[in-house]
Amino acid sequence: MNTLSEELIVLGIESTAHTYGVGIATSSGRIITNVNSIYVPVRGGIHPREAAEHHSKTSAETLKEALRKSGLDIREDINGIAVALGPGMGPCLRVGCSVARALACYFDKPLIPVNHAIAHIEIAKLATNTRDPLIVYVSGGNTIIMAYSEGRYRVFGETLDIPLGNCIDVFARELNLGYPGVPAVERIARKGKKLINLPYTVKGQDVSFSGLLTTALRLAKEGRYELADLCYSLVEIAYNMVVEVAERALAHTRKQELILTGGVARSNILQEKLRRMCRLHSARFAVVPDEYAGDNGAMIAYTGALALKYGITIPLEKSYIRQRWRVEEVDVPWMKKL
Amino acid sequence: MDEEIIGIGAEAILIKTKLYGFTVIKKVRVPKSYRDPRFDEVIRYNRTATEAKIMIESKMLGIPCPSIIEVDPYEGIIVMDYIEGPRLSDVINEIPGNTLSMLFYKIGKYIGVLHKNGIIHGDLTTSNMLIHNHEIYLIDFGLSYYSYQLEDRGVDMHLLLRALESTHYSLSTLLFKEVMRGYSEVVGELEAKNVAEKIKEIRRRGRYVKERKRVKSSICYEE
Repeated sequence: MNTLSEELIVLGIESTAHTYGVGIATSSGRIITNVNSIYVPVRGGIHPREAAEHHSKTSAETLKEALRKSGLDIREDINGIAVALGPGMGPCLRVGCSVARALACYFDKPLIPVNHAIAHIEIAKLATNTRDPLIVYVSGGNTIIMAYSEGRYRVFGETLDIPLGNCIDVFARELNLGYPGVPAVERIARKGKKLINLPYTVKGQDVSFSGLLTTALRLAKEGRYELADLCYSLVEIAYNMVVEVAERALAHTRKQELILTGGVARSNILQEKLRRMCRLHSARFAVVPDEYAGDNGAMIAYTGALALKYGITIPLEKSYIRQRWRVEEVDVPWMKKL
Repeated sequence: MDEEIIGIGAEAILIKTKLYGFTVIKKVRVPKSYRDPRFDEVIRYNRTATEAKIMIESKMLGIPCPSIIEVDPYEGIIVMDYIEGPRLSDVINEIPGNTLSMLFYKIGKYIGVLHKNGIIHGDLTTSNMLIHNHEIYLIDFGLSYYSYQLEDRGVDMHLLLRALESTHYSLSTLLFKEVMRGYSEVVGELEAKNVAEKIKEIRRRGRYVKERKRVKSSICYEE
């Protein structure tokens, strides 16, 4: 259909969780637009149905703005429509997917299935100019340590229960520390001095945060400790778990680079820990820029453009959403030239 | 000093050295600058102490493994016997079938003894088994812990199965059968059956299912 040297322009739609995003990017890595609308719950966590409602209300406006900013025309300039089919929340995914199907059908463009986690990897690699890094992907919905091997990204370690971002967010929410939770807790943590003994759970390559969260919340409600000390201990221990598994993966895979991606990549404390760890192994450390740390449409567009280059498309009637779509299920042929 | 670094892991370095004229292995858990020093001290102390304790206990249970000579949990140091011999993973293809079956039957028995006594090895791969005097030696108890839970036993055994499949695929079914035979003799048929069921259940958990299907198309379809 198209040759590998041709530059393709793809419009990508993200709607896996709280963000409805539309991005336009080229296969050579030029990000043309990145417009995102984020659903902020009035109280509590993300309610999938309410988030989906937000998405369907803002979808038209977001799409229009992305097109206006880019100055492009779908029919004339866009080579394909990419959509994050998963993993994520069903009701949210259905919104983005319906819009993508409609666009692909109406304008007769190929529909490109994109795995949300892989999009986080690709945008980080693009922005940090890394080739074959160890990937630490931490967000409100995911905590995965991955590396490329034999055609796919392989999961080295991951959370056995709740994700890192979720652990800290819930802690912040229950104690009314502010939203988003990670920066709020970290701000308080900087004043902490005492290290409180909290459960540290690394099982082989995997981590678990649920016991840590429950204990931290119980201690906070008992009021025996200073809040600053508790926040400090929570982030210290939670991050150490992730860094330990990353270190094990780095020693095992002998990768020369490590990238930090996903919403929690914005954490300065986590960045600093990983930077120090990488120094011990003479590996290069890189962080995704803030703009592309959280969920966004551009990463879907860019990953979609890479996929389209290798002819990866999906017929409309098979474009189901996949709430539990794992990275190991997805071929990444663009990595094979390594 | 006659010291030689023979391995650098994520957590510890292994040094081959001499003590009173004997060759020994010194395992040192190095401090990590990325952690709060107070936390670092506690975790290195705990892990060193647990590892040494479990190795001594295993030895007393009759499991062939290195003997502990000295422990300094404050410094994260364990000094142990040097077991001379190749890793099982390196020589597995050179060992004749009958001998290999016998070795894996024994491995099953050893794991059975550990599990029966509440010890989970935590890293049962063929790289962590040495051959010395026609006997299998279990090494690297760095991830071991105490547990009587079926889940933990299943995960322990599943790791061995996975290690066999990823490195010696053609032999894996046969060899794992031998492991289960030895295991069953020690822990009893009922418990062995429970563990075998658990392994199957672990396989079915999302992470491993698709991996084994070898889907040809670039994406695979749910439903």
